[in-house]
Amino acid sequence: MLIVALSVLLITAIIALELYLHSHLSIEKFGWAFLSRSTWDPVMEEFGALPFLYGTLVTSAIALLIAIPVGLGVAIFLSELAPRRLSDPITFLVELLAAIPSVIYGLIGIFVLVPWMRNVLEPILGTTLGFLPIFQGAPYGVGMLTAGIVLAIMVVPFIVSVSREILLAVPRSQREAILSLGATRWEMVWIAVLPYARSGILGSIFLALARALGETMAVTMVIGNRPEVRASLFEPGYTMASVIANEFTEATSDLYLSALIEIGLVLFAVTIVVNALARLFIYSLSTKRGAVRT
Amino acid sequence: MFGKIFIGSLLWMSLLGAAQAESLLINGAGATFPYPIYSKWFDEYSKLHPDVHFNYQSIGSGGGIRQTSEGIVDFGATDGPMSDEQLQKAKVKILHFPTVLGAVVPTYNVPEVQSDLTFTPQALADIFLGKITKWNDPEIAKANPGGKLPDKPIIVAHRSDGSGTTYVWVDFLSKVSPEWKEKVGVGTAVKWPVGLGGKGNEGVTGLVKQTPYSIGYVELIYAEQNKLPFGKVQNASGTAVKANLESVTAAAASAKMPEDFRVSITNPPGKEAYPIASFTWLLIPAQISDPAKGKAIVDFLHWMLQDGQKMAPPLSYAPLPKEVVTMEEKAIGQIKH
Repeated sequence: MLIVALSVLLITAIIALELYLHSHLSIEKFGWAFLSRSTWDPVMEEFGALPFLYGTLVTSAIALLIAIPVGLGVAIFLSELAPRRLSDPITFLVELLAAIPSVIYGLIGIFVLVPWMRNVLEPILGTTLGFLPIFQGAPYGVGMLTAGIVLAIMVVPFIVSVSREILLAVPRSQREAILSLGATRWEMVWIAVLPYARSGILGSIFLALARALGETMAVTMVIGNRPEVRASLFEPGYTMASVIANEFTEATSDLYLSALIEIGLVLFAVTIVVNALARLFIYSLSTKRGAVRT
Repeated sequence: MFGKIFIGSLLWMSLLGAAQAESLLINGAGATFPYPIYSKWFDEYSKLHPDVHFNYQSIGSGGGIRQTSEGIVDFGATDGPMSDEQLQKAKVKILHFPTVLGAVVPTYNVPEVQSDLTFTPQALADIFLGKITKWNDPEIAKANPGGKLPDKPIIVAHRSDGSGTTYVWVDFLSKVSPEWKEKVGVGTAVKWPVGLGGKGNEGVTGLVKQTPYSIGYVELIYAEQNKLPFGKVQNASGTAVKANLESVTAAAASAKMPEDFRVSITNPPGKEAYPIASFTWLLIPAQISDPAKGKAIVDFLHWMLQDGQKMAPPLSYAPLPKEVVTMEEKAIGQIKH
């Protein structure tokens, strides 16, 4: 058993080591500046990871901003409000969403979401909230906002299914206690149930974030694949996973390959850091109150 | 019950494996562009020579060059010829053999335009540099008298993945625009000054089809088989030429072919030539250690240059011009096996 557990650690360590070794050419040439440079020029062999880091973090942030309220809302509805006859089929359907391959999401993104974004949502946001720098510029349809929305649809099932389980696990005594004090249904959920389930819900959110950070195919089909850092969400962007998927097979020179592998290393590091922060956050919360530990 | 099925299938698989072990297996890897015609050739050749089996993996020109240089595969394939640097770094000496021709065409989505647009080389370069930003720009309008070009911004689409298609396109742009050559350069992946990136010919097509007033570039074969509208390009003689098998073969015929077959045929001098065309090459090691493999590869190359070429036009690939075939027949003698 111990050996099996250690083997997982070993595999992770080997992955990290291999990524580091194969990216040494790029690390030697660019050093830490790799993380702050914005140029991605395979012809002149100038590489920088900033646009990809920015794109990954921004699209994941948009995805979470949309998915957390929606996901939690659905989870609360399914666990607290819906009758059993309704909640079971809906739960099944939501979990089915998680099983759809990401390429399908990409295709739906291109053929359904992108035209809608270009013709409906982006013009509306541009006219109503156009004073904000994040909603300025021409509506292409493809761009970081579209990628964020596709990611949101992909990660909602994770938040819903885990949060629903956690919410169902909150003991009845908590609910009954606050109801007996005169709370409304909504106050019961907000004051008694959610805080009790907080660390579990946060766990589901970080699971969703991990999926969003690493998602490749669906994002690359709708993000516009432009390695630039721009303020507006209507503009095309690029993520770390996308650039590796796009350029790896045709990367001929050693430095080019090495730069792509270094981006893989950066993605690996970002995922580990985010997960570590998640763990710390949940740990600090769970030691404060007698909440449900996951 | 399951045990019996399991043993049975194991026995059956090992028999199959034994049968395969009798035949000669030759491994190759490389470009995706010629994959359909190579598949057909290897299939037809195996029917004629059942004891020889070619296995080709279309992993991309970069992978093909890498693996042939390392000696991991018996042959490679690439849409862009290897550079002097790459040839020097290779572990084995590599020879280039052109197989078929392809072309890259500008495809666009302008609802107001019903007929084919003509693009001057300068127009294409400036559009992709971001200097021409509207469809009714004089540079585009002067090549299309009478065409009602709208006053709308041009949305550029290019490849996000590294590819031979991109290589041919930027090779052409570098020849016709010194600014492009200096600012961007040539490669399978470049730093595009403007535009959205789509993955594969499909990605660019998707972007162009979905986005009004956009322009992109795709392989000719792809445009023909998917019935995409594409424009004419003005060649070095000043003629506006639409890409088809004849104009692509004319491009190859009018370019001067060097001894080692590594040549770029973009922007050639011929009057009927389509300016954005390219050979695609097989990479064969000059020294093949296994005599059986060597004989099979040499035999295949001879067959490819005669019977194989006849199979190209139905699949929309342009066959090699006669002069190139003659040169290659002689060059096959350089392979030592």
